[in-house]
Amino acid sequence: MDEQRESLVHARELRKSYGDFEAVRGIDLDVWRGEAFGFLGPNGAGKSSTMRMIGAVSPTSGGTLRILGLDPAADGPAIRARLGVCPQDDTLDTELSVRENLTIYGRYFGLSRAECKERADELLEFVALTEKAKVKVDELSGGMKRRLTIARSLVSKPDLLLLDEPTTGLDPQARHLLWDKLFRLKQAGVTLIITTHYMDEAEQLCDRLVVMDGGLIAAEGSPAELIRDYSTREVTELRFGPEVMFSDHDALAGKVEDLAQRIEVLPDRILLYTDDGERAVAAVHERGLQPAAVLVRRSTLEDVFLRLTGRTLVD
Amino acid sequence: MAVALENGRRQFDYWLTVYKRTWKGSLISSFLLPMLYLAAMGIGLGSFVDSNGTGALGGVSYLQFIAPGLLAATALQIAVGESTYPVLSGLKWQKFYHSMIATPLRPADVVYGQLAFIAFRVASTCVVFLAVIAAFGGLRSPLGLLALPVVILVGMAASAPVVAFASTLQNDSGLAMVFRFGVVPAFLFSGAFFPVSQLPNWIEWLAYLSPLWHGVQLSRDLSLGTLHPWLVLLNLAYLLAWFAIGTWLAVRGFTRKLIG
Repeated sequence: MDEQRESLVHARELRKSYGDFEAVRGIDLDVWRGEAFGFLGPNGAGKSSTMRMIGAVSPTSGGTLRILGLDPAADGPAIRARLGVCPQDDTLDTELSVRENLTIYGRYFGLSRAECKERADELLEFVALTEKAKVKVDELSGGMKRRLTIARSLVSKPDLLLLDEPTTGLDPQARHLLWDKLFRLKQAGVTLIITTHYMDEAEQLCDRLVVMDGGLIAAEGSPAELIRDYSTREVTELRFGPEVMFSDHDALAGKVEDLAQRIEVLPDRILLYTDDGERAVAAVHERGLQPAAVLVRRSTLEDVFLRLTGRTLVD
Repeated sequence: MAVALENGRRQFDYWLTVYKRTWKGSLISSFLLPMLYLAAMGIGLGSFVDSNGTGALGGVSYLQFIAPGLLAATALQIAVGESTYPVLSGLKWQKFYHSMIATPLRPADVVYGQLAFIAFRVASTCVVFLAVIAAFGGLRSPLGLLALPVVILVGMAASAPVVAFASTLQNDSGLAMVFRFGVVPAFLFSGAFFPVSQLPNWIEWLAYLSPLWHGVQLSRDLSLGTLHPWLVLLNLAYLLAWFAIGTWLAVRGFTRKLIG
């Protein structure tokens, strides 16, 4: 199987330090052609540092890294010619028009003016900004700017698209619109690498992902595999009223911990990990406990992250 | 070299677009202001100076004395202006330099593109200014037209180190210093308005360190026909050294900032 798959990003013991600070502390990974690969982790986990190394704009501090089969230290420009990068900050030229941002960017890749114009029109159509073509970037909403940045990253028809926190700071409607575009790219066979600290984004978009924390990979797999391996099928969330302060949570936890395979005590709620959430609810009530609110839901990557790191993703 | 040229060509459309959107706005600061100086000092103050004898100026009219100097000083001001806030914007505020190096362009290519654009800005303003000077009789000899390449070089000698300095800044407070302690004293004391030999000795020597003095000197010598071959070489070599070292530092600064 491995012999037939083409590894577009191949990292072994990859490290990145800034002075004394080790942002990435030795990670191994392969990204295969055609897949959507995710880095899930909180801010400061080392995701963006890793992305910058994969983008061939940040030298590695140790280990091996091959991108598209090339060495970024020697072949940075050749690698970047085949990448599309959607950085965390939009980095658009806000005084140029929407369309100029695309045509000018295409020129950096050595495309002819005619090719740039053709690509710009196609991409504006794709990200639904055709009507805004002549508008200055300054006048776009946050979601439109993100879409334009994604369009810009596609201008050179990249083999590999890097998206660093693509929907951070967007409202839910804008996020869904963007996910739809990214999903269509994936369907079209573009290899995607996405960093995110939103578990729903990772579940929606990624075929396979790594959970990063403190510069290391804590786990790897498909969203379903990770949930299966690191969590239970269901979760029962118990919230208690304001009269039950945080200090009482530990006492409460003691009363219910045998009802689940595992429990997590958070400042505002207690999570019971069990394969039958409703049964856990019934048992809680049988013990005479009166939670103010009860929610039974399926496990998510958020639970996986909590299990692996003891922390929630979005603080 | 071939790669740098190709990558420069790839940036042409970008800088052309930037120029199209900014040239009108820069008309006043880069063109009208030096014209006012030329009128007020060259013609107004000049008639007063001329009526009292211009022996200290070498016997030429005050207008002909200051015109080449004013041209060089204008080149310096435009060059430094374009090397400060726009550079910080590309690195820090709008971050468009960051988007450029996510393509096959390298930090050095971005520096070269930015410097080439500044050279064009300097050249396009100075060519008009020089024409106006010539029309007003500010040149003594047609050789004075050769001041154009000289003042472009002055612009580059000032621009490259300022771009390098800007690339090390965290915010724009350092830029005010460039103007306060660099541009303004250089403008006033580099011999554009009076011979630096009129200054106290130690300031005179400071003036010789300024690249602007070398540009003023050379532009004036061309117009007045007072060239000394060895001084020409010294002036050119000094300006080229500022440009070369400044460019090297700018590439280093951009590389550190953009690739980390």
